[in-house]
Amino acid sequence: MCGIVGLFLKDKSLEPKLGAMLSEMLITMTDRGPDSAGIAIYGSDSDGVGKLTVQSDDPQVDFETLADELGDAIGAPVALSRNDTHAILDVPGDKLEAARDALGGLREGLRIMSAGDVIEIFKEVGLPRDVSERFDLPAMSGTHGIGHTRMATESAVTTEGAHPFSTGSDQCLVHNGSLSNHNSLRRKLIREGMRIESMNDTEVGAAYLTWKMRNGASLGEALESSIDDLDGFFTFVVGTKDGFGVVRDPIACKPAVMAETDQYVAFGSEYRALVNLPGIEEARVWEPEPATVYFWKH
Amino acid sequence: MQTYNLEADGLRGLNSALHAQNDTVTEDSWEVTNPKGSHAIACGLDAPIEVTIKGSTGYYCAGMNQRATVHVEGSVGPGVAENMMSGQVIVAGDASQYAGATAHGGLLVVRGNASSRCGISLKGADIVVQGNIGHMSAFMAQAGNLVVCGDAGDALGDSLYEARIFVRGTVKSLGADCVEKEMRPEHLEILKYLLERSGCDAKPEEFRRYGSARQLYNFDVDNAQAY
Repeated sequence: MCGIVGLFLKDKSLEPKLGAMLSEMLITMTDRGPDSAGIAIYGSDSDGVGKLTVQSDDPQVDFETLADELGDAIGAPVALSRNDTHAILDVPGDKLEAARDALGGLREGLRIMSAGDVIEIFKEVGLPRDVSERFDLPAMSGTHGIGHTRMATESAVTTEGAHPFSTGSDQCLVHNGSLSNHNSLRRKLIREGMRIESMNDTEVGAAYLTWKMRNGASLGEALESSIDDLDGFFTFVVGTKDGFGVVRDPIACKPAVMAETDQYVAFGSEYRALVNLPGIEEARVWEPEPATVYFWKH
Repeated sequence: MQTYNLEADGLRGLNSALHAQNDTVTEDSWEVTNPKGSHAIACGLDAPIEVTIKGSTGYYCAGMNQRATVHVEGSVGPGVAENMMSGQVIVAGDASQYAGATAHGGLLVVRGNASSRCGISLKGADIVVQGNIGHMSAFMAQAGNLVVCGDAGDALGDSLYEARIFVRGTVKSLGADCVEKEMRPEHLEILKYLLERSGCDAKPEEFRRYGSARQLYNFDVDNAQAY
């Protein structure tokens, strides 16, 4: 069991409330996943600036002089804003890959949560309410976001085992279920040059979609092919820079409810997660069909 | 009528108050407000009372029901009326997966659609769905009736025993050992009764009947190599 929540805003006036709405939904899904929680939030795009979200078990030490050191390493200005165990590094967009590569040499224990123009990922072990509070999720704004509460099955309860997983620029995936062919697929994707950091099954699912999109597939096409190539149980919710998608495996035993109004598209593992959204009483509420891809784009 | 605010007063309080009606009914009409998708609302009732839930519910609404009539003025999550023994459960909206699973008796009516595994392992209850049902419905259903006014998804009635399935619309595919069967007068009678009881205006003649071919009941030595 795990809990998934997602919110894709159509109404710009709700953007300052994205974090507040999403964290409330996330906390409602605590019973489904009390061991870890995480959120991917898609904020505003500043021209030419790329973002790296990094996490450290020793943030005080690791983040202290990181901006200057990274700036020297890539020969460009870097700004760091710390948020608890995480930090957002703003780097020139064209230096994002270089910065990512340089980080490994500068700080051994640093984990890269996400990279892209707008995405930020915050995830930690602990109850969703505690995770939400430590990162002050309710204060965050953005265009869309995805959250996950984890009850671990396929890998250890650790920060890197928590969702969302990001394996490509501005992409992220959360998963309820378990994949059974992730070991063979991980080996194949690593041979194809994909970066996979953990032993977690979901990260392989995320890397699979990234690999498909890297080879020219749209988000919708990548999700379509996942139905054939991934073995196991899954309800996936994925985010891209301007898109939001949902797919369930053909058996569809992992629950999913969606709601759509003129203001938003919302996803919840259970209807409970959606009950306090504005206008939910009048929303179109439905259960996504098995083996059917849904996606929305800004 | 007794009104119970679930959000303010909690689930245990509600179910205890409803269970307190089991021996002697002191209040036969109940209204539950602010269900907000909560689980296990009105579970394990065993009294001739009427409960109306003003909104949508989560998992296992009206599970194990006996004698009570439960109305849901919204949609229900997975496992509505699971293992119902008697009474009625009427859902105004849609039902999520495994609606009426293993139900032994009583009537479940879904005015919207029911998703996958509706009536799985049905053991004698009647289920009437006014919309469509999802895949693997009536899987291993043993007794009772599943009436679908709309369409049925993949693998309908897979490994079916003696439950009857009536579908008015299309069937995407039949499961193993499920076949279309002749609609005889006694089946039209059953359908007429169930449609009337559930307030559906569909005509019995518009339905097709499906049942077990009974080929999986006994081991067939010709299939030995399949194992």
